[in-house]
Amino acid sequence: MTTVEEQQAADAAVAERLEPVWEESGGLRGWFTTVDHKKIGRRYLVTAALFFVAAGLEAMVMRSQLAGARLDVVSPELYNQLFTLHGTTMIFFFSTPMLFGFGNYLLPLMIGSRDMAFPRLNAFTYYVFASSGLLLTGSLLFGAAPSGGWFAYVPLTEEQYLPGIGMDVYCLSLLLLGVSTTAGAINFIVTALTMRAPGMSLNRVPLFVWSLVVTAFMVVFALAPLNVDNLLLFLDRRFGFHVFDPDDGGDPVLWQHLFWLFGHPDVYIIVLPALGIVSSIVPTFSRRPIVAYPLLVLSAVATGIISFGVWVHHMFVTGLPQLSLSFFSAASLIVTIPSGIQIFAWLFTIMLGRLVVRTPMLWILGFLVVFVAGGVTGVMFAVVPFDQQTHDSYFVVAHFHYVLFGGAVFPIIAGIYYWFGKFTGRMLSERLGRWSFWLVFAGFNVTFFPMHVLGLLGMPRRVYTYEPDLGWEGWNLLETVGAYVLLVGLALTLFNVVRALRRGPAAPDNPWGGDSLEWATSSPPKEYNFPVVPTVHSLHPMWDERTLATMVEDRQDPGRTLTDGKQAMRTSDLDGVPEHPLDLPEESVLPVVVATGLFVLTVGALFGLAVVAWAGVAVSVAGLVVWHWPRAARQEGPRQEQQA
Amino acid sequence: MQKIYLCQQLARVKLSRAGWASSVPDVPAAPSTRPARALRGGRPGALLLLGVAVLTSCSSPQSALDPAGPSARRLEALWWGLFAVSAVVWLVVLLCIVYALVRRRGQEVKPRGGGTRAVVVAGLIIPTLVLVGTFVATLSVMRAEAEPPDEPALTIEVIGHLWWWEVRYPDFVTANEIHIPVDRSVRVELRTADVIHSFWVPPLTSKTDLIPNMDNELWLLADEVGVYRGQCAEFCGAQHAGMAFLVIAQPADEFDEWMADQARPAETPTDPLALRGREVIESQSCAACHTVRGTEADGDIGPDLTHFGSRRTLGAGVAPNDPGWLGGWISNSQTIKPGNLMPPQPLAPEDLNALIAYLETLE
Repeated sequence: MTTVEEQQAADAAVAERLEPVWEESGGLRGWFTTVDHKKIGRRYLVTAALFFVAAGLEAMVMRSQLAGARLDVVSPELYNQLFTLHGTTMIFFFSTPMLFGFGNYLLPLMIGSRDMAFPRLNAFTYYVFASSGLLLTGSLLFGAAPSGGWFAYVPLTEEQYLPGIGMDVYCLSLLLLGVSTTAGAINFIVTALTMRAPGMSLNRVPLFVWSLVVTAFMVVFALAPLNVDNLLLFLDRRFGFHVFDPDDGGDPVLWQHLFWLFGHPDVYIIVLPALGIVSSIVPTFSRRPIVAYPLLVLSAVATGIISFGVWVHHMFVTGLPQLSLSFFSAASLIVTIPSGIQIFAWLFTIMLGRLVVRTPMLWILGFLVVFVAGGVTGVMFAVVPFDQQTHDSYFVVAHFHYVLFGGAVFPIIAGIYYWFGKFTGRMLSERLGRWSFWLVFAGFNVTFFPMHVLGLLGMPRRVYTYEPDLGWEGWNLLETVGAYVLLVGLALTLFNVVRALRRGPAAPDNPWGGDSLEWATSSPPKEYNFPVVPTVHSLHPMWDERTLATMVEDRQDPGRTLTDGKQAMRTSDLDGVPEHPLDLPEESVLPVVVATGLFVLTVGALFGLAVVAWAGVAVSVAGLVVWHWPRAARQEGPRQEQQA
Repeated sequence: MQKIYLCQQLARVKLSRAGWASSVPDVPAAPSTRPARALRGGRPGALLLLGVAVLTSCSSPQSALDPAGPSARRLEALWWGLFAVSAVVWLVVLLCIVYALVRRRGQEVKPRGGGTRAVVVAGLIIPTLVLVGTFVATLSVMRAEAEPPDEPALTIEVIGHLWWWEVRYPDFVTANEIHIPVDRSVRVELRTADVIHSFWVPPLTSKTDLIPNMDNELWLLADEVGVYRGQCAEFCGAQHAGMAFLVIAQPADEFDEWMADQARPAETPTDPLALRGREVIESQSCAACHTVRGTEADGDIGPDLTHFGSRRTLGAGVAPNDPGWLGGWISNSQTIKPGNLMPPQPLAPEDLNALIAYLETLE
């Protein structure tokens, strides 16, 4: 064994060679040219969090309006814009981008890679996401927000009934976002399949990575019908197509089929990566490997497949034939089984292990309590007659907040507490975290549990007000009070984050004794993540001396340090056998240029300005041409000089 | 094999590496509030019980838990069945968490493998059995819901409009109020004049959408005399919230009387003020949109007003039908139901009074 001094010297020698290669420009230029997955991941997290704040404040206005019967806090028109934006933002611009942010930051670290497979594409997807979200959220400031609900049923959303540009903003911002989400998903798939550390065969891939890959495959298939829907609606509204117009033989139910063919898988697109976060945190705080790893992987994959066969349970009241109702009822019951397996795998892990409750685990326990309550009401909606009674009532609103707030927001906050040290190099306060948790937990349940009751009492969703003599007032007031408690609880976590950034204690490399490879890096990680690409010997590399040893022993191996330029390692898809080094692209301004072109195109289409739209196309195409100009020709020169 | 290896590794890691580094105290030093926290895990349970207690005592003319017909009664029973099964599942999960919280005290580090078989039993086999049972219940209730228990006494047509309900009986047309004979089923054909709406009277039965170019239907059967409130359940624009209606279940003789009254055209008023009101309705813009059978008013855009005075509410359930609200509604309904399609009517005060008097005579 070498001495400490010798180890440090060896580390320094590797770092000295890697740093100049991986260093990016600083300052304003660096802001626009970075292709580092960690910086991009952090941006995703912060931007998505800003959209969460915006959509959350929209919800607070709605809860204030509903605090009593016949209140006049906002006009019906504004209320309709608020709930449309709240839903659309939370679904499209908060949940998935937030989890993609975790994925961007953590996926390369967890698989022992130095970056994503397509770092420039990664930067591009961020800019496209941010600009489309800005377009949608910003429309509220101009009183031009969409007001047709987040699932935008035709014919209400046709120009005849909702004139103005509100619904066009909806169609175009979602189409633009679709480019980003699809490209991001492909990037995850390729990275996870080709760039895992040597030895990380598929049965050693962390569950968070598995769930991201399943999600990414779902995105690729699910977004197509949504994009088609939005494109057709835009053509209907702007160019007088009649695809969905019933007066001219169009079919309004087609919109619903296409939308929910996307919409139901999207529930799992949101929840699966969050469940991946749960599977990352549970073993760490149970101090044992997760129970039934193969079953958890199979559950994620099964969910991804079955979820494409259940969309009609959103349409049980549209008058479809009984036979198809029974079929989709059965499918909707079956899709809950993989979730049940996951729940019990976590429960047995905490029961068989030694549960240690730190803030991340506290949020996970809260997740279990809330998410299961949302799961059992989900089973109820598979029961056709019950669904027909409570469909589009507040019971549904209660259900999907238990599923999405419980199934995504609780794990996301758990993830923030868990990985904050890795993201920033600072630790969050445990004490503030506990206060925040209990306020959020209490506030959440007081806000959303009574919604079950209101739904059974006949209150439909999406009403801007209600009559006083229906027995709904007390419940609504209680919910509004709960919402303000929830707001305080969430604000406390925000305060915790800001406080920690300013004066939080420094984070150790592995503060919780976690099992996956991100904990092998420094906090925050170096640009190149791993000075030595680890060789993985088990599902829990950080709990495994052999894997840890490779990061020390292989310092002298050029095949593991990859100091010949900005390189990562290509390994085989299934078994993670090392194949050859990959050259990764340098920082570049091209992603932001192409994304800007797309944004200009979108704005041009929105306002019907053909010149602007074509200018956007020209910028994007020019950017893409430069981007894809054969790199070998440009790089050959410097490479030869280096060797000489 | 691999699992055992991993666990050994884990045990060694726990002992050898300072995993719970500086900022996080190791387990023995953790705050001593654990029993209290374990108790707090039960709080949502108490909340749920409280919710159930309050819920069972709730009453509302629009409540699915106050059923007044065989369909809604069946659905209520279905709900309580589903609730019971769900509560058991949820409590099992909660007990598992409480067990883990309580058990961890004073435990040595003994990481073990296994547990897969338990997951298969608890997460796969038992849920599958429960879900099969649920599916059988689903099919049997679906079958019972499909057809009414008797031959329908009559068929009516309900047409959704932005934002009111046109109700067509075989011999006449009315709006926002559906009368049915008690203990007899009524077939309701559902169509829409514009966007998608959804017809929902929770105390009587579940909802069905009104979709352009589609002929949907449902059946209503009330076995208790009463007034039940329904409301549009599919978001339909600015005044989705202001699109309610009443279903009034009457004894057979009262219902027959109502049918006969409604079928008659409007009577010529004897009161001179009301007579003048009839002139107002015929001469002003009212007639462009509204029909009063027996007068020259024959518009077909807004609700039929032939027996308006007999209705209980105004503007599809947004206000009571009394002279005060009616005056406000005619002058400027936008203050009562913002965004609705009836423009403000700038009538001279005496014309307005006459119009109100006339409309109130239309019983």
